[in-house]
Amino acid sequence: MKPRHKRLALIASGIAALAITAALVLNAFQSNLVFFFSPSQVAAGEAPRDRSFRIGGLVQAGSVKRSQEGLSVQFVVTDTAKDIRVAYAGTLPDLFREGKGVVAQGKLGADGVFHANEVLAKHDENYMPPDAQHAVDQAQKAQKTLRNP
Amino acid sequence: MTNRLINWFRFGSPQSFYPLAGRMLPWFAALAAISGAIGLWIAFFVAPTDAQQGEAYRIIFVHVPAAWMSMFLYVVMACWAGIGLVLNTRLSAMMAHAIAPTGAMFAFLALWSGALWGRPTWGTYWVWDARLTSELVLFFLYLGYMALNAAIDDPRRADRAAAVLALVGVVNVPIIYFSVAWWNTLHQGASVSLMRAPSMAQTMLWGMLVMAIAFWMYSIAVALSRVRSIMLEREAHAEWARELIRQ
Repeated sequence: MKPRHKRLALIASGIAALAITAALVLNAFQSNLVFFFSPSQVAAGEAPRDRSFRIGGLVQAGSVKRSQEGLSVQFVVTDTAKDIRVAYAGTLPDLFREGKGVVAQGKLGADGVFHANEVLAKHDENYMPPDAQHAVDQAQKAQKTLRNP
Repeated sequence: MTNRLINWFRFGSPQSFYPLAGRMLPWFAALAAISGAIGLWIAFFVAPTDAQQGEAYRIIFVHVPAAWMSMFLYVVMACWAGIGLVLNTRLSAMMAHAIAPTGAMFAFLALWSGALWGRPTWGTYWVWDARLTSELVLFFLYLGYMALNAAIDDPRRADRAAAVLALVGVVNVPIIYFSVAWWNTLHQGASVSLMRAPSMAQTMLWGMLVMAIAFWMYSIAVALSRVRSIMLEREAHAEWARELIRQ
C-alpha cells in the first residue's frame, strides 16, 4: 500500500465511522428532532403532557369559528385519522386556510382542547398558478359529487 | 502517464493552471450574466403568480438555487480538501479555500431569503426545525472552515486541519437534504426531486433551473478568480509568480 492509498483508506473509514455515529445519534434523538406531533400521536399519548409542544396537521374544512369580539378563533386540526380542537387568540398568518397545513404551539388542556399561543401556516410543496389551482379544486369537487351523489 | 490524451496532472501545478483559469474565467462569467438575466426575466415577468402565496413565492427563484448551491459547493469543497489530503497536491487545498466564501454566501442567502419568505407565509422569520437548523449549521461550518484556515499561520498545516473539518462537516449535507423527509418540519418537502415529477408549474420550474445554472456559472467564475489570487499569494516565492507580479 502506498502512503496515499493508506491516507485515502483512513479518510474513507473516518467518514464512514462519522456517518454511522451521526445516524445513531440522530436516531437516538429522533423524538427531540420532531418539530410537531400529529393528532394521532397526541391521541396515542406520545406528546408531552405538562409542557408546551407543537401539533401539526390540516385545518379541517368548515371548522374555523371566529369569535364576535377580539381575535380569538377556534378550529380543528386533523390528520384525517384523529382530530384536535385548537383555541387561539392572536393574528393568523396569511396562508392559514381551511384544508391547508398548520402548526400550532401550545399546551393541551384538561378539557382536550389545545390552547395555542402561536399558529404558523405550513406550506406544501405544490406551486401552481391560480387557474391551475381552480381546475384542481373543480376536479376534486366533481369527484366528491360522483362518489356521494 | 505519457500516453494519455490529456495529462491532467499537468494542471495540478499552479504554474500551468493559472493561465488556464484565466482563459476560462470570462466564459463562465459571461454565461453567469446571460443565464442570470434570462432567469430573472422568467422569474419576474413570465412565471405566473402562485395560487396560495401570491407574489411572495417568487423568492424561490433565489432561495432554492442558493440552497442547492450551498450544499453542492460544500460537497465540492470537501472533495477538494479530501483530494488534497490524500494526494498532497497544493492546488486542491487552494481550490477548497477558493470555494468556501462563495458557499458561505449562498448559505447565508438561502437563510436570509427564507426568513423574508417565512414571515408572510408561515407567520414567522425563524423556527428551529430540522431543515432550518441544519442549514444554519452548514453556514457555520463554512465560517469555521475559513476561520480555521486563517488561524493557522503555516499554510500546509492550515490546509490539513481545515480539510479534516471540511470532511467531517460533509455528514451534515445529507441531513439537510433529507431532513424534510425524515422528520416533521415546518419547511415543506422538496418540490423538485430526481425521483418523481416536480410538483410545480412548468414556467416556475424553468425559471428556477435557469437561476440554478446562473448561480452555478457564477460560482465557477468567482472560484476561479479567487483561486488565481490565492495561487499568486502562496506561490509568490516561485519564479513564474514573481514574474507575473512584476508585470
